[in-house]
Amino acid sequence: MELKTKIIAEEGRQDLLITREFDLPVELLFKAFAEPEIVEQWMGTKVLKLESKKHGSWQYETSDAKGNVVFKADGTIHEFSPNRKITRTFEMANAPFGVQLEVLEFEMINGDTSRINMHVIYESNALRDQMLKLPFAQGINMAHNRLQDILSKLK
Amino acid sequence: MNLRRDVFQAIADPTRRAIMLLVASQAMSAGAIAANFDTARPTVSKHLQILTECELLKPEQNGREIYYHINAKGMKDVAEFIEPFRKMWDDRFNALESIMKNYKAK
Repeated sequence: MELKTKIIAEEGRQDLLITREFDLPVELLFKAFAEPEIVEQWMGTKVLKLESKKHGSWQYETSDAKGNVVFKADGTIHEFSPNRKITRTFEMANAPFGVQLEVLEFEMINGDTSRINMHVIYESNALRDQMLKLPFAQGINMAHNRLQDILSKLK
Repeated sequence: MNLRRDVFQAIADPTRRAIMLLVASQAMSAGAIAANFDTARPTVSKHLQILTECELLKPEQNGREIYYHINAKGMKDVAEFIEPFRKMWDDRFNALESIMKNYKAK
């Protein structure tokens, strides 16, 4: 199967590029990043706050079945240009990964298809590689949820 | 190549991923690691053994306790570790695509 989502992470650098084409008009793709109730669905997290505007801020939080918070992240929005670009920061709470700068570019391919290019810049090459080595770090919530599921089945 | 497959198998398990996350922030003894899980201690020991064999963790004797560290050498090749990260984004984007296709149909 073709890999739809591509990631370019060159050795020794402190950034990476995530790119993906969608069978969606660019307006719908952008909307999925701008509206809290849609973000919640595909990111699988609770969106406590998402102010989609320049100088706005955002806050996500994920809890396990017992209500314990297992993932928390926040950041601010520096640029919000509808259907074109979002520049924002990302920081995971209680994790040693520092702050990431994320530049999201939305591109129209044609009326029905579009592409996202996410340029993620870390504080250092070491921090980027740590994040990559722990691919589940961003998805820590998912790892924990799966862990909870498995544990509860064993009981 | 054998090692590569082993590494993927090692981190395919959620408990082992959770262990890696714990040890990522600081080296920990087996007892301290086990205290974070409801799983039986021997099960956690087995996970630690697998992670050590795959060179993801490095045990170091410290007094009476063995402390587990992240083994940077075993995780040198970024390319090997990018796949789970890519998969995570692919899953998210697949969900996004199907949600927005429904949204469009509404």
